[in-house]
Amino acid sequence: MTPRFRHPSVLPGFGLTLGFTIGYLSLIVLIPLTMAFLRALDLSWDQFWQAVTAPRVLASYRLTFGAAFLAAAFNTVFGLIVAWVLVRYRFPGQRLVDALVDLPFALPTAVAGITLATLYSGNGWIGQYLKPLGIKVAFTPLGVIVALVFISLPFVVRTVQPVLEDLEAEVEEAAASLGASRWQIFRRVIFPAVRPALLTGFTLAFARAIGEYGSVIFIAGNLPMVSEITPLLIVGKLEQYDYGGAAALSVVMLIISFILLLLINLLQRWSRTQSGGEVAS
Amino acid sequence: MSIEIQNLHKRFGAFVALDHIDLSIPPGQLVALLGPSGCGKTTLLRIIAGLETADHGQVLFDGEDATRRHVRERGVGFVFQHYALFQHMTVFENIAFGLRVRPRAVRPPETAIRAKVNALLDLVQMGWLANRYPSQLSGGQRQRIALARALAVEPQVLLLDEPFGALDTKVRKELRRWLRRLHDELHITSVFVTHDQEEALEVADRIVVMNHGRIEQIGSPQEVYDAPATPFVYQFLGNINLFHSRVHAGWARVGGLRVQVPEYGDTEHAPAMAYVRPHDIDLLREPEDGDTTLTATISRVSQLGSLVRLELIQSPDGEIAEVEMTRERYAADPLQIGDLVFVKPRQVRVFLQDHSKVTPVPQWSGDGDGI
Repeated sequence: MTPRFRHPSVLPGFGLTLGFTIGYLSLIVLIPLTMAFLRALDLSWDQFWQAVTAPRVLASYRLTFGAAFLAAAFNTVFGLIVAWVLVRYRFPGQRLVDALVDLPFALPTAVAGITLATLYSGNGWIGQYLKPLGIKVAFTPLGVIVALVFISLPFVVRTVQPVLEDLEAEVEEAAASLGASRWQIFRRVIFPAVRPALLTGFTLAFARAIGEYGSVIFIAGNLPMVSEITPLLIVGKLEQYDYGGAAALSVVMLIISFILLLLINLLQRWSRTQSGGEVAS
Repeated sequence: MSIEIQNLHKRFGAFVALDHIDLSIPPGQLVALLGPSGCGKTTLLRIIAGLETADHGQVLFDGEDATRRHVRERGVGFVFQHYALFQHMTVFENIAFGLRVRPRAVRPPETAIRAKVNALLDLVQMGWLANRYPSQLSGGQRQRIALARALAVEPQVLLLDEPFGALDTKVRKELRRWLRRLHDELHITSVFVTHDQEEALEVADRIVVMNHGRIEQIGSPQEVYDAPATPFVYQFLGNINLFHSRVHAGWARVGGLRVQVPEYGDTEHAPAMAYVRPHDIDLLREPEDGDTTLTATISRVSQLGSLVRLELIQSPDGEIAEVEMTRERYAADPLQIGDLVFVKPRQVRVFLQDHSKVTPVPQWSGDGDGI
């Protein structure tokens, strides 16, 4: 270890903990992912390229990443509102509502998918009212988004909640006494304070939604070119013993996900440095 | 701007925070709301600011009813005990906030905002910290920035809620002197809340002593200290010795001591309490003629910087009393533990017990002691 990385610290064990961290991450994350890459190497470059750029596959990328992005964005807005209500107000049944937020974590995703498909199908409880309006949810890309919104809801709520709790009401009172309107208080005082947490919540929700499989396949209808997600194609290839093809798709998903998450992390870092010195609206 | 409070009442559930308060604050004064925690002083301040609403009663600014005016429109500057600075903004932007959120039509141009903020930074002597974030400042610095931020909108009234409560003793003393000087420069009608009597006595033009949601006394620092209107005020401002006493026909008897109390001329055989400040007591080696002393023995002597504090045990009932004197006085006649002394109060205040309902008051210790 070069002295450059080694800052004297009252907390001993830098070497030990770093070693553990790397070993642990290798075992849990890196080695399985490397396996996927190695499997993909079974294919020749032409085979690989063909597997990952087939029109059906390209459509699935669009749906997987597009729906995940929209679901995460949707949850960023509404998750903030849910967190706000849970932190700022006291009402009967609050604990119950608070517990409900975590339910999508615990529920088997297949159960969620089947439930949502039943609710939103043409004769389901909700679907029957949407049908006359010309809105079809189940077995369409919209259904995919609904499922992803459901499973990624807790991420934004749970990351923003503690930050909102730390934000003293006094800060808002100070802003109000200085003449700020409700909207100005939100935009200039509350939002900048929760922005990093909001971005983290978005990232987690997005990552979770990209990898979601169980709930989506039940509600999506899985029509090729329309409502088929990439993980489903991977499973399909596995079922046909096309391990190389499945690995190729996995590798592409991994790379895209990694790049997106990296970008969001950079954005987050930028957002932190931007936390001061705003100019007037 | 003058502030008039009329018949203000506020309860939180069963707890009465303010019990029909009437108070008028003339323009340009620096007024302290003084009292123990839970006496309603902060609630009163927050109602004046518009951060809390009263159940009934009125708040008038310059004779105009402001009771229903939103905090945004009241034109008050509010300073919080824990500063409530905007953590994600620099010191400069914190101070500029009130100007930047103004509607476009009345918002000053950027150059004017810069000039104003820089002037305020100079006023609070913090120009060199303009680009720091609040987390990089000390408590005293944060509170000065909070004050500058409140002053930026040119408030008609400045309200401070325990402004120095979260600071250590030395910074607190420094800052309250600074606040006093600042007020002498700006002459904004100011109200500050404190539970520290020394702070109130040192800084305020007038002190409003509160207890249990009521005003006990309003007066200049000298008035409330020298002529407390109620036993509560006596106990709350400075240390006291309590002596059990009986009042009969204009005379109060405390042990072997007799004090004339003309205000109780018609009272007969009533139990009372005599209040004596520790520095209003002389200790004599020899008894005097004519029932002017109590007997006691010295049980402890402690040196407190410029003062010497002696603890006495009275005979015959064994009650404990405290006496304070200057070092020089003590050096002239150094009394020792076990010495028999004759206690001669220079000033005694007697309150009848039934009328006063004496309740023990927590002693606000620390630097608040011994004025």
